[in-house]
Amino acid sequence: MLAETYRSEIEAILAKYPPEHKRSAVMPLLYLAQRVYGHVPPQALDEIAALLDISSTQVGSLVGFYSLYYDRPGGKYRVQICTDLPCALRGAEAFARELCRRLGIELGGTTADGLITVEAVMCLAACDRAPMFQVQDAEGIHYHENQTVDSALALIEMLRQGVRRG
Amino acid sequence: MAEHILLRHRDIPGLDELDVYLKHGGFEGLRKAVTKMSAQQVIDEVKASGLRGRGGAGFPAGLKWSFLTPGVFPRYVVANADESEPGTFKDREILESNPYQFLEGLAICAYAAQVRTAYVYCRGEFWDLAQALEWRIDQLHQQGLLGEQLFGTKYALEIHVHLGAGAYICGEETALLDSLEGKLGQPRLRPPFPAAAGLYGKPTVINNVETLTNLPPVLTRGAAWYKTIGTEKSPGPKIFCLSGCVVRPGNYELPLGTTFRELVFDRGGGVPSGRRIKAILPAGASSTILAATDAVLDTPMDYESVAAIGSTLGSASVIVLDDSVDMTWAVLKTSRFFKHESCGKCTPCREGTYWMLHIAERLHAGRGSRQDVALLETVARQIQGKCLCALGEFSTMPVVSAVQNFRADFEQHAAGER
Amino acid sequence: MSAQPVTLTIDDVGVTVPAGTLIVEAAKRAGIHIPVFCYHPKLEPVGMCRMCLVEIGRPRRDRATGAPVLGADGRPVVDFGPKLETACTTPVGEGWVVRGLTENARAGRREVLEFLLTSHPLDCPVCDKGGECPLQNLTIAHGPGKSRFAYDEKMHLAKRVPLGDLIVLDRERCIQCGRCVRFQEEIVGEPVIGFTERGRKMEIVTFSEPGFDSVFSGNTTDICPVGALTTADFRFEARPWELRAAASICSHCPVGCNLTLNVRRQPNARGQIQVQRVMPRQNEAVNEIWICDKGRFGHHFASSPERLAAPLVRRGEGLVEVSWEEALAAAGDGLRRAQGRIVGLGGGRAANEDLYQLRTLIERLGGSAALAEWMAGGDLIQQFGAGSQFDFGRLGAGDAILVLASDLQEEAPLWWLRIKQAADRGAAVLVAGARPTRLEGHAAQVLRHPPGHAVQTALGLLHALRGTRDLARFRGDEGVRQAAKFIREARELAVLFGREGLDEAGTQALACASAELLVASGHAGRPGSGLIAVWPKANTQGAWEIGLRPPPGGLHSMLAGAGAAVIVAADPAGDDPALGEAVDRCGFVVVQELFLTETARRADVVFPAQAFTEREGTYTSGERRVQRAYPAVPPLAGTRPDWRILADLGAQVGLSLENGSASALFEAMAADVPSFAGLSYRALAHVESQWPIVGGDDLYYGGTAYRNEQGLGIKLPALAEQGPTAAVHWIAPVEAPSGGKVLLVPVERLLDSGTTLLPTRELDPRRARPQAMLSRSDADAWGVADGDEVEAAWKGRSARLAVVVSDGVPAGCVLIPRSVGVPLDAPAAGRVAAVRERA
Repeated sequence: MLAETYRSEIEAILAKYPPEHKRSAVMPLLYLAQRVYGHVPPQALDEIAALLDISSTQVGSLVGFYSLYYDRPGGKYRVQICTDLPCALRGAEAFARELCRRLGIELGGTTADGLITVEAVMCLAACDRAPMFQVQDAEGIHYHENQTVDSALALIEMLRQGVRRG
Repeated sequence: MAEHILLRHRDIPGLDELDVYLKHGGFEGLRKAVTKMSAQQVIDEVKASGLRGRGGAGFPAGLKWSFLTPGVFPRYVVANADESEPGTFKDREILESNPYQFLEGLAICAYAAQVRTAYVYCRGEFWDLAQALEWRIDQLHQQGLLGEQLFGTKYALEIHVHLGAGAYICGEETALLDSLEGKLGQPRLRPPFPAAAGLYGKPTVINNVETLTNLPPVLTRGAAWYKTIGTEKSPGPKIFCLSGCVVRPGNYELPLGTTFRELVFDRGGGVPSGRRIKAILPAGASSTILAATDAVLDTPMDYESVAAIGSTLGSASVIVLDDSVDMTWAVLKTSRFFKHESCGKCTPCREGTYWMLHIAERLHAGRGSRQDVALLETVARQIQGKCLCALGEFSTMPVVSAVQNFRADFEQHAAGER
Repeated sequence: MSAQPVTLTIDDVGVTVPAGTLIVEAAKRAGIHIPVFCYHPKLEPVGMCRMCLVEIGRPRRDRATGAPVLGADGRPVVDFGPKLETACTTPVGEGWVVRGLTENARAGRREVLEFLLTSHPLDCPVCDKGGECPLQNLTIAHGPGKSRFAYDEKMHLAKRVPLGDLIVLDRERCIQCGRCVRFQEEIVGEPVIGFTERGRKMEIVTFSEPGFDSVFSGNTTDICPVGALTTADFRFEARPWELRAAASICSHCPVGCNLTLNVRRQPNARGQIQVQRVMPRQNEAVNEIWICDKGRFGHHFASSPERLAAPLVRRGEGLVEVSWEEALAAAGDGLRRAQGRIVGLGGGRAANEDLYQLRTLIERLGGSAALAEWMAGGDLIQQFGAGSQFDFGRLGAGDAILVLASDLQEEAPLWWLRIKQAADRGAAVLVAGARPTRLEGHAAQVLRHPPGHAVQTALGLLHALRGTRDLARFRGDEGVRQAAKFIREARELAVLFGREGLDEAGTQALACASAELLVASGHAGRPGSGLIAVWPKANTQGAWEIGLRPPPGGLHSMLAGAGAAVIVAADPAGDDPALGEAVDRCGFVVVQELFLTETARRADVVFPAQAFTEREGTYTSGERRVQRAYPAVPPLAGTRPDWRILADLGAQVGLSLENGSASALFEAMAADVPSFAGLSYRALAHVESQWPIVGGDDLYYGGTAYRNEQGLGIKLPALAEQGPTAAVHWIAPVEAPSGGKVLLVPVERLLDSGTTLLPTRELDPRRARPQAMLSRSDADAWGVADGDEVEAAWKGRSARLAVVVSDGVPAGCVLIPRSVGVPLDAPAAGRVAAVRERA
């Protein structure tokens, strides 16, 4: 299904790498699959494997290795808060706890409507703008920095209403 | 240092637009290299400048390029934009706000290495700026500054952006190469080194974004000028990332050799009022933690001077801790980071980072004993000298240095006082 | 890499090895024990486990002159590195001093073990690996006595993760050495398992369908240094130290893999001693230290409760159990009444001794004995077969291997594996076939031809080599010319031919053409080259050596017209109902079998034979190596070995045949059969030390394959090595009839439903079934899809088959697996139609 529907995009991806090393395209193709399916299901592994002449195992093993690929669906929007050392020194952990409390979920959990998952993640290279988080959805990843709990909740509300901000 | 050389957009607004960049001398360095210099001459000039890698290792850039196996083609250059060290956000600012200087620098490196295809390996979280970078590369193609027959010569160059997917280990050179090849991002055995067998087994140069951003000014203004900045052994400007318990966190471009005191207090506004500075991690989480004594604060931030006081400058990601910070907690944070990011390939890092985290958790939660404090240090030392790559080694440095320099914090936890 | 010798000191022992040797291997060759987990001598080193850390001292050299710096004592100054280094990734250096026994090095090993044991479960009392476990052994030798890790912080992971149905993974036990993943990737080239996740969570995973989809999967359990990978077959069956070992030879295919059968008394089998598991036995010239899953798991037939345990004699419509005396008497009567119109039919599964005894008996009764198979060419093998020095392991750059009409991984997996590795070493592998097979991915040249046109392709190659006009009509394309170039320039040439797409006459033509290729290219008679037939059975080659061959008039007329037939280890009625009818028409039928097969059901007398696990015997592999198998378990009560039954039968009709021992019979055979001249059981038991070292105290190094202490077998020379042989002439192939019909082609599948494999139930999910593999275009034309039913009809027969749509099948062609109960042995023109159920 991917091969037919996204042919030109797949060709553009393959064109970036030497044809005899098209295995390199597996990472961008996993992002494509994730965009299409919301996560990476088993059929996507087979499709990508067929496109690149590698085994489904060689594709599937990457999904577990890399943090940004998911083998199962999560919330539509993953609110991933950096709680690593520099952000934590500037209140990120308290921010995360309070945001979760206000949303009524545990850290790592998903809201009842299935829209918002809140996770703690490692350093996002925004240490001077803590507290901050990135929102990952099927389309991509966008940063939201210098946040307060209120600004975060406002953003989440906008996401709920289907408005995406870059 | 009045003017910015790397964070030049702070002096020139709109520098992220190509026409502005070109108006301010953009791509003159590449033009000079491609039209007037041989590849070897470019390598020699960069060697002469003394530019050292800015990704953390501090290895002389020109020397690294000269290790490329002669006569073996194709070759590759990969820009390491996998910036994931906690406390580091300098490459991001360059890529967002001064991207063309970086791209020009990458092109200069590619020319020197006789490379026709270069990749930018960008961490996956930099999704937005990676899209923008691809658009900018298109702009350069349209302007004839990338692609075939650059500046009317036979030299051609393609640059592609490759997005990572959330693994700090992919910032390690050989793990980055495996990741770029479509495999798990796990480090390779060395030798062979990438200069001999890198991407797809071909000679490859991997340089940090900041390192490459230095190249256009080196070419346009000369190695001799470059050496007037910084110190003799560590020349040039450096972007210092200041974060943690400071009033003004952020990127500060300063000459190498600036002291910690100047960075933290003069530029960074010092620690919040009512607090006292306690410790400094000069190299992000991969630091030998320094107690913030006067001697330390007056140490120049260059590779030699920091090594001389028993630490490493690394990527100059300076994280400041004040006296509100419990070092057991700080070690808990760094240990959690390394355990999460360990690729798992070698036994001591895979098992040791897990073990260190659990001891740190136990201590922090008040369930640990004095023996656990000793055990934490022992386990860290047991990992040292055995790992396949630097991640495992670095994971031990904050642990050992924190226990040694701030034993009281740990013992208070052990005694149930915290 | 030069073979220049390098001398260094390891633990104060001087060692000289070729340059490029890794320190860990240099040590092992000198009998010095450097512990390893991730390192394996047949895999590329990775330096992951860090167990082999040693101190390495290198002679100091003057920076300017490069000369060694000498100390006050006149000896070279040796500088030791600041850190321990891995011996498995470091090649030796001249004058180096390696120390593995210093306090530093010992501490390194102890600490690495402490790390490995932090989350490793204390499963030893229930772990299959206990007793043959490198982790156990190395922990005792080098590890700490106790762990400082807090037990309640250990990782808890899944303990029974099926990787497919044959291999089970215990995630807690895995020490992430990567040997299994690297075996599949490097040696097999089929990465169907891999590592996923990071850090302590790094784990083995499979995404193939079925899981761990590789016929070599069982080998990973031999090289796994802990009990993480176990086979579903052996899991929780027995403790290794309870097992006794016996050497045997695999009975499933012509490779002749060397096996060790592990046996133990089985409480849930009425105390019988049974084979608990099959392990590889090291024979580097045959199967190295590997076996395929058919050989590893396909032993259950020998201990099946369906085995015949008493002679049967026909009374009326049915067979009744009788005593041996009565059965022998009845058989003797039947043979005497036939008055010389007697035929003998031997199957390729039987041992040399059995087949020789059969031929002797039948010929002395005035009859003729034949081989119950439909593949020809064996007489050419004696002339041009694999030479006395032939070894797939020696083929590499500069050599060529041609494979015709065979799906090698399905028919002879270990040959496939060895040829694939030869390709990795640079050998030019040339594959001629009508459809893509797994060897093609490693081929330097693929020669695609229409189904059944293997002979034409071989003759096309011959034409390209010889250029004579009589071959002009077989002239091939550029691919054929390229392949011929490889053949012409090869130092050594191996030609393997099978029977896919051919009938018996076709295989004879293919064998002739293949032999001529060896002659035309100048390789005939070279000890390192030769012709190999991919026979359907393990000892078909032995049958040919002994003088048994497919009957000239065909099996049907041979059986139908005989007054009596003695059938040993063959089931013609099961292969083809028409042959069943021929058996019915035969005057008197004596069958020696393990099971009550279709043929046995029709017999007048049935004798219960012993399985290969219960008796001695020798087998001749397709490479013409005679190998000896030993009894592993006491024979099933009431059974006798085939050769003895035939001697007893001979006694009934007044003939005195060798009836003392298998070894005496072998000597009589060696005196009579020219190929076996000079051989003896004793000579077959000759062993030499092999590399790498496996098993025993070295099982941590090479794995738990068994050392070969019972015999490497003897390689027969090809007649062509001794001088010019009779000329071979190629035979023109017969064109297959056309005319709007579909060509039905039988193909070999490794995991089939044959009598000797059906009892291994674990293989059921992977077993070939009555299937019709067809091309997408044909499927569309017939309006069928995967899983639909079709009916195939040919030559008065028909079969219902499940559709499998496969891109590799040529249009107009339907592939049907052998040995699944569909009576199609040679290609046939037929018709295929979808089965539509009426409402």
